[in-house]
Amino acid sequence: MAKNGYQAYADARAKRSPWIKNGAKAFLVGGIICCLGQGLGNLYGWAGLPEKEAGTWVSVTLIFLAGLLTGIGIFDKIAKFAGAGTLVPITGFANAVASPAIDAKSEGYVLGVAAKMFTIAGPVIVFGTASSVVYGVIYWVCSVL
Amino acid sequence: MGTVRFGDVYLGGSSATVGKKEMAGPLREWFDLHEEDEYFGMPTFEQAESEMVRRNLAHLFEKMNLKDEDVGVLLGGDLLNQCTGTSFGIKSHSIPFLGLYGACSTIAEGLLVGSMLVQGGFVPSAVAMASSHYCTAERQYRFPPEYGNQRPPTAQYTVTGAGAFYLTRVPSPIRIAEGIIGRIVDGGITDANNMGAAMAPAAADTILRYFGESGRRPEEFDAIVTGDLGREGLELVQELVHQGGLEIAPRHMDGGLLIFDLKKQDMHCGGSGCGCLSTVLGGYLVKRMRAGELKRILAVGTGALLNASTPLQKLSIPGIAHAVCLEAV
Repeated sequence: MAKNGYQAYADARAKRSPWIKNGAKAFLVGGIICCLGQGLGNLYGWAGLPEKEAGTWVSVTLIFLAGLLTGIGIFDKIAKFAGAGTLVPITGFANAVASPAIDAKSEGYVLGVAAKMFTIAGPVIVFGTASSVVYGVIYWVCSVL
Repeated sequence: MGTVRFGDVYLGGSSATVGKKEMAGPLREWFDLHEEDEYFGMPTFEQAESEMVRRNLAHLFEKMNLKDEDVGVLLGGDLLNQCTGTSFGIKSHSIPFLGLYGACSTIAEGLLVGSMLVQGGFVPSAVAMASSHYCTAERQYRFPPEYGNQRPPTAQYTVTGAGAFYLTRVPSPIRIAEGIIGRIVDGGITDANNMGAAMAPAAADTILRYFGESGRRPEEFDAIVTGDLGREGLELVQELVHQGGLEIAPRHMDGGLLIFDLKKQDMHCGGSGCGCLSTVLGGYLVKRMRAGELKRILAVGTGALLNASTPLQKLSIPGIAHAVCLEAV
């Protein structure tokens, strides 16, 4: 079999990820996380925090929970089931920062933890910041017109 | 270059040490040692792999009643940068050492080189060994172990395991009869999550060359065992060998499929890593040969020659496969 023929053949026969099943699981778990967030928001509101501040505390709580679950080795098991369901909410970002930080501890706090904690989340920060600049420029142009 | 024939190289003994997941798999009763703690009582995963290597070699020495001066040369390797898994694990010994790298084919490479050195009379005996650890492999090639992600169905799971083999001129029930050095074959696969497909062309090349040059037929073997092609690679290699005019399917097994229960343990396409063939061969197959259940086997170590950067640079993954024929005397 020619090289390209083999590559095409092997790629074609490789089993694909079951995207409908994965999508359903992500929808379910992602939805549960969002409900949890809403519940926390309501709770903080009920406790007397203004809506904006309650929202910040919801993020803080979810980041804390994701970090904690990463630290005790449970998050990756949930994420294996949930996929994008845990990846897309803020929990995925927290795990992406916490897991390399924990992992790199063996190389020390400076060149290990501090240097490597953004190896996975780094691109999100870079492109997130870059796209916010683009968004800001568009917003400014629109508001001037 | 053709098949190498050995006349007086015997497998004196072997030892296989595995981790928790492998011990929960179908081959649990065949391994010599196992450890439930993925750290093997050490502070880091890299040290854990070295500790596993150390314990496994110590067990082989104990079983065979060996001392450092009884071993002419130690040949070994693993998947870590600069092969530190092996070198740190054996540094307390004073045995001449050659580090090897053949990715997951390393144990076959070690058995080949070791047998050549023993047959050539350069050393009276040799130890060949190879190891891998799930967590060190994940750290080096993929993500931190705690990172939450989903693997595609073609992905394989690195075996935590170490195997060591004592080669000697002193007759014993198993002989290393023949071997063949593999050639690098690049099938053009670029997906690092489909290593089975990347290694299959090299495995097929070595199998076809071996049967073409040695004059043997697959029917003369009780088992033709590829190292860690997994489910995807197993089917591909059978197809490629079939296209080359040989049928191996009835007696073909794969270490990556033997070591785990794919469904129950959720292992996708199966096990992989240097520790896969070295523990399946050193634990399961060699013991079945000793029990007289297998008379002649062909062990085909299969390696995917990539590092963490090459797939990001869009380079394809070349494969290599070395084969060793073991015979019950």
